[in-house]
Amino acid sequence: MLSSEERGEIEAEMLKYPNKQAACIDALKIVQRRRGWISDESIREIAEFLGISTDELDGVATFYNLIYRKPVGRHVILLCNSVSCWIMGYNRLRKRLCERLEIQLGETTADGRFTLLPIVCLGTCDHAPALMVDDDLHRDLSPDSAEQILERYR
Amino acid sequence: MTSERPLTKDMKADGEALTLKEYERAGGYQGIRKALRMGPKDITDQVTKSSLRGRGGAGFPTGSKWSFVPLGKDAPHPKYLIANADEMEPGTFKDRLLMEGNPHQLLEGMMVASRAIEADVAFVFLRGEYVLSAQRLQRAIAEAYAAGYLGEKIFGSEVGLELHLHLSAGRYMCGEETGLLNALEGKRANPRTKPPYPQISGLFGKPTIVQNVETLANLPHIINNGVEWFKKLSYSADGGSKLYGASGKVKRPGLWELPMGTTIGELLHEHAGGMRDGVEFRGLLPGGASTDFLTEEHLDVKMDFTEVQKVGSRMGTGTMIILDDQTCPVGMVWNLEDFFAQESCGWCTPCWSGLRWAERILWAFEQGHGSEADLEKLEWICKFCAPGNTFCALAPGAVEPLQSALKYFRDDFLRHVREKQCPWR
Amino acid sequence: MATIYVDGKPHQVDAQQNLLHACLTLGFNLPYFCWHPALGSVGACRQCAVKQFRSPEDKHGRLVMACMTPASEGAQISIADPEAVAFRKGIIEGMMENHPHDCPVCDEGGECHLQDMTVMTGHDYRRYEFPKRTFRNQYLGPFVNHEMNRCIQCYRCVRFYREYAGGQDFNVFGIRNLAYFGRHEDGVLESEFAGNLDEVCPTGVFTDATHKHHYTRKWDMQFAPSICVHCGLGCNISPGERYGMLRRIVNRYHGDINGYFLCDRGRYGYEFVNSEQRIRQPQIRSNGQIQPVPKQQAIEEGGRFIASATTVIGIGSSRASLESNFALRMAVGANHFFAGASTQELQLLHLTLEILRTTPVASLRDVEDSDAVLVLGEDVSNYAPRMALSLRQSVRQQPFAMTDKLKIPRWLDHAVREAAQEHKGPLFMATVAATRLDDVATDTYRGAPDEIARLGYAVARTLDPEAAGLRATTASGSLAGQIVRAVRAVTGLGKPPSGAPDADFETMAQRIAQALNGAERPLVISGLGCRSGPVLKAAANVVRALQRNGKPARIALAVPECNSLGLAMLGAKPFEEALAVAREHSGTTAIMLENDLYRQAPGSDVDVFLRSANHLIALDHLQNRTTATAELTFPAATFAESDGTLVNNEGRAQRFFQALTPQEIQESWRWLRDIFVAAGRREFSAWKTLDDVIQSLVSEFPDLAQVAEAAPAASFRMAGEKIPRQPHRYSGRTAMLANINVSEPKPPDDPDSSLSYSMEGNPDQPPAALIPFAWAGGWNSYQAWNKFQEEIAGPLRGGNPGVRLFQPPAQAGEYFQDAPKRFQPREGEWLVVPLYHVFGSEELSILSPGVKQLSPKPYIAMNDEHAKGAGLQAEDMVELAIGGASYRAALQIRPDLPVGIAGVPVGVDLFAGIQLPAWSKIERVS
Ligand SMILES: Cc1cc2nc3c(=O)[nH]c(=O)nc-3n(C[C@H](O)[C@H](O)[C@H](O)COP(=O)(O)O)c2cc1C
Ligand code: SF4
Ligand code: FES
Repeated sequence: MLSSEERGEIEAEMLKYPNKQAACIDALKIVQRRRGWISDESIREIAEFLGISTDELDGVATFYNLIYRKPVGRHVILLCNSVSCWIMGYNRLRKRLCERLEIQLGETTADGRFTLLPIVCLGTCDHAPALMVDDDLHRDLSPDSAEQILERYR
Repeated sequence: MTSERPLTKDMKADGEALTLKEYERAGGYQGIRKALRMGPKDITDQVTKSSLRGRGGAGFPTGSKWSFVPLGKDAPHPKYLIANADEMEPGTFKDRLLMEGNPHQLLEGMMVASRAIEADVAFVFLRGEYVLSAQRLQRAIAEAYAAGYLGEKIFGSEVGLELHLHLSAGRYMCGEETGLLNALEGKRANPRTKPPYPQISGLFGKPTIVQNVETLANLPHIINNGVEWFKKLSYSADGGSKLYGASGKVKRPGLWELPMGTTIGELLHEHAGGMRDGVEFRGLLPGGASTDFLTEEHLDVKMDFTEVQKVGSRMGTGTMIILDDQTCPVGMVWNLEDFFAQESCGWCTPCWSGLRWAERILWAFEQGHGSEADLEKLEWICKFCAPGNTFCALAPGAVEPLQSALKYFRDDFLRHVREKQCPWR
Repeated sequence: MATIYVDGKPHQVDAQQNLLHACLTLGFNLPYFCWHPALGSVGACRQCAVKQFRSPEDKHGRLVMACMTPASEGAQISIADPEAVAFRKGIIEGMMENHPHDCPVCDEGGECHLQDMTVMTGHDYRRYEFPKRTFRNQYLGPFVNHEMNRCIQCYRCVRFYREYAGGQDFNVFGIRNLAYFGRHEDGVLESEFAGNLDEVCPTGVFTDATHKHHYTRKWDMQFAPSICVHCGLGCNISPGERYGMLRRIVNRYHGDINGYFLCDRGRYGYEFVNSEQRIRQPQIRSNGQIQPVPKQQAIEEGGRFIASATTVIGIGSSRASLESNFALRMAVGANHFFAGASTQELQLLHLTLEILRTTPVASLRDVEDSDAVLVLGEDVSNYAPRMALSLRQSVRQQPFAMTDKLKIPRWLDHAVREAAQEHKGPLFMATVAATRLDDVATDTYRGAPDEIARLGYAVARTLDPEAAGLRATTASGSLAGQIVRAVRAVTGLGKPPSGAPDADFETMAQRIAQALNGAERPLVISGLGCRSGPVLKAAANVVRALQRNGKPARIALAVPECNSLGLAMLGAKPFEEALAVAREHSGTTAIMLENDLYRQAPGSDVDVFLRSANHLIALDHLQNRTTATAELTFPAATFAESDGTLVNNEGRAQRFFQALTPQEIQESWRWLRDIFVAAGRREFSAWKTLDDVIQSLVSEFPDLAQVAEAAPAASFRMAGEKIPRQPHRYSGRTAMLANINVSEPKPPDDPDSSLSYSMEGNPDQPPAALIPFAWAGGWNSYQAWNKFQEEIAGPLRGGNPGVRLFQPPAQAGEYFQDAPKRFQPREGEWLVVPLYHVFGSEELSILSPGVKQLSPKPYIAMNDEHAKGAGLQAEDMVELAIGGASYRAALQIRPDLPVGIAGVPVGVDLFAGIQLPAWSKIERVS
């Protein structure tokens, strides 16, 4: 069951649109913010709440990359792999993070602390390479500074 | 020409956003007040005369785009105005500054555009990763509602405007204006058939205008200062100033508001400070990932929609990505095509099949498995994805860097074949 | 019309259409995938590219997608342009990047549109040298097989399933070259139209899972033009045979009825033909033992039963052909020719005939084109399934009028849908229980049959004060009915539901009247589903009132079986009278034609009937309770093994032809002929062929005179030749029977039709009624129907098959007068009504394993209030008693059932023969 907070937030989003379906992406994000990811169960609950079919909602959910249909760690690292960051040292950064976290892109650390995901250009190319951890943007990174930044997230 | 920087001049040195008060103190919200007195047709007229062209990449004349929206009593309602703040074109980072630094300027621009088309509801369609922009816009919107600048009877007039912020869940396709409409309707962001154009049947089937953030930010200034002033901001026939940027291995990567038509060379050498020590310039993508490479010989070209097009590329978003001699051009193109193949929405065959194929071939080159015959295949794919052959502009944009790389960096491809590995490894 | 130039030559085409439609109509081979004649254009696959030139001077031109480009006056295009040719080849190459090269083991091989298009574009060399992507397949139920790796991402499946058929449990997931088409999780596809995916998918992703059990290539099957026997609509089908076994059913295009689509009951109900329960030889019962007897002996025995009888009674069948029923009637005489159906059902059928004769009747195509619809009493999705698919299209008509104003061509499918959003044209569903069409309904009304009739009368009266029956103004309030306002009102985009039902009967009648009267092509649908005369009359009255208002209104009535109307037209009398005759006369012989009486009449009556008769002769396909009591049973040919005529719900006579020639099995009319000849009735020996029977029929029944024109006679020849049932690549002809005899046997004779059991014959296009299967040079898939049509998605060349027996009347008929009284719920009793299930309620299809699997368990349903009042809970074992029999089943709580009403699933074994509606107590049993 969606919590009353979740329902309240979704209802607030619904006011923006002339039909309920339009709020489905907002709803997915609201639920994901609280639960970390979107499980099959979440899909069913949201679909029911919005009065759309689970298949309709899952078709939408699997289209968008910021909707996680698999469990993620406590913190999600979005590592920019687009062209400016690639030129400015993405590969070294990725290598270091993978070594340090002992995971590959798309995976979650054994302790459930981090999930490392590639992301398209973060729009901060003049400060490449860059990554985000949760809502925080980190820029002008080197492998060392990136490693230090991760220490801030427990 | 004046060297005014209307879009950025009021921004604060510490990077904080202007509050409503600060914005008004700097002359903000006068444009919309004036626009409210003008009437839709006059606003559109003025914007048309200003020769403002869309800053989202395609450069479509803004006033002329509005002119197709049905107006008056019989027009369908609600009508929608959407700020395209999905900025996701690799190498592009200009709209972020406008939203983080001066969100009210964008809101005012949206109000002006909304008046021009008699829109009832406006959305900012913002990419989900722009957390700071979201916070600042959210606050600005709340301030504007509180001041009576949004909602019913804005600025004490007879008209109202609802304005909402929508945070996207990702995907480059959401920036394509009709894909955006689908995303906003809670659907998969596949592009829509045109015609009918969004001006006739857009969001929720109603007349809609989608406009880039930078385009919108210009509007209050055009209304305030007039057509002649706006034209004089520019070195070229396309009016206004432009946010230009540069990334890659230059001394001072960054973003600058400059007269439209500033040359590529000036941008590279004066504003970006030239190449970093120890690396040489090889080429650049003038306006994001989906534009054709230019090289040394193009440094005198003026960065505007017309001039860049003349030399076989596009100004795009005006944010240049610089290729240096220590970066493998094949690798760079591989990175770009991987991006595009990944972001293909999966609707039309040339795009979902062709781009992934191109990416696979380029990867093979990087691994030392490329052949000369593969170059022909790449050329074929570029033609395959030409404008008109695909459903939307993603794939034609995607092959622009590839087709130009095959032209300018052919030797580098052949070196990969000869050496059976990437020479930059 | 417009003139367009294709590779320099001028052609006249429909200016309202797109270039692909135009080119295919002109007969050009232009490849395509995402476009479908019924689904329109979306421009996804980019396969239909042609070069378009701005003027004769324009030598350069540009590529356009033919399906997305209007066929406007003066358009100049080139199909042969080298750049266009290369591009189209490239599209196939792109699709083939990931497509498995598994044609030899793929079910679609040999009838694959992708295969055809690959050959057509000339793509023959693989340049892509990387690994292919792979997917996991899903279990989608007993009917549809899933093989996702073959997908080419044309989006047809999801467009058909969701957008056209309104299914919810299917979608596209993921993105880029990894789009996945299927369900959110494994499970049986819910839509009763899911089977169309087999034909909609241009390659082998969705294939017929029943066919898989006895797979045969299309080119190795022999086909016949046939008619579905699983409801009264008369959809056209193409059954395929090999080795004496019916392998599958595919759609046979009919422009006025089924178009490109069937329902799953029609597609998958066929397996009863191959059942182990089939009667394959004449059999005799003596001393309680059933034993096969040689044909001749059986015939002679039958002849003795007849000759020795004082009275011979014939029970005809609403699922047997006109010819077999007619033969029985001729044999036993009009006075002793009965139906298995009750007085009530026959009265309803005669009322239906009366209405059809005096009212303009809608075909399914008309249903689709209607712009305002009132459904009175029919659970269309379960009773006449294919009609529900047409109704789903009807609600698009008014939005079309709106998008026309925006100048969006109707074929530009997604643009139309995006502009129309949730807008739906008026569709009012007044039914006893919830239906699967309620999701597109404007308003839903639920009430007892009498209340539904009263609503109809009220609508008629609102439209025309002259219309008899109750006044709208006196019909206020609705004790037993409930009006449910749909979420999607006709106007106003997706406003939230108004909450409490605005239970105002009168305003609803007014709303309906207004919507129908404001429409250009209003339609009323009703039928025998709720077994109520008043409902039928009310429906007719609404149409009449509209006609008097100058509206071109039509009616469509659903009937129970594939030849219900045919049987009624032959004047069959009700079963009750048969029972009386049998009781009165000792020494009777009863002949039961393709009829399990136990499914039609109360078991105790059938017992009495069967016991009263001296001799019982049954002609049927499968063993059943009735055949078990018969002394003599003859193996009657099913639709797949016989030729004959059926009269569908619109009064259209259509001929079906055999695809199989089983040895001992023959048409019922032939058995009857043989038996009666043996009984000394020499005159029947004149019936040598089907055409002989038809000749007698039309001379006996002037009403049915046009039956002869339903299809060309057996003497018809195309340039002196017959029409082959077998594709010309039919293989193994000489080897198939080599285990029996190495010399190639002569193909079976078929004196009844101009179709041959051979691949030899005239290769040209046969008349529409005689097209056994869709094939044309280069077009091995179902898409070949394009080659058989006068215009794409229009009528077949020479007109759609069948003849309408009733001509639309010149003026509106008289109003029916007797509006029913208010429905009065009773204390402690329920009016038990029939509830229908697409899988389960029809007699023959339920004998097929897949249909059986999806059919419901027996239940007795009532609403939650009732149950609470009676202290009952879901799943409690409860009992009801009707007609002297009692029925026990688990209680099902159905909040949608109205006050005073209970329902049971008809067709499932437990409720065989129950006569509904009827009042009963419902009590818990321990
Ligand atoms: C694949 C694709 C992505 C796009 N992304 C953006 C974007 O992120 N922001 C944007 O303003 N325009 C984007 N555009 C351009 C828009 O389609 C549209 O032209 C633009 O928003 C119109 O605004 P303008 O006239 O003010 O430039 C994109 C186009 C394509 C084909
Ligand atoms: S709708 Fe009826 S006639 Fe048509 S296919 Fe289905 S069961 Fe057969
Ligand atoms: S058939 Fe025309 S684009 Fe698919």
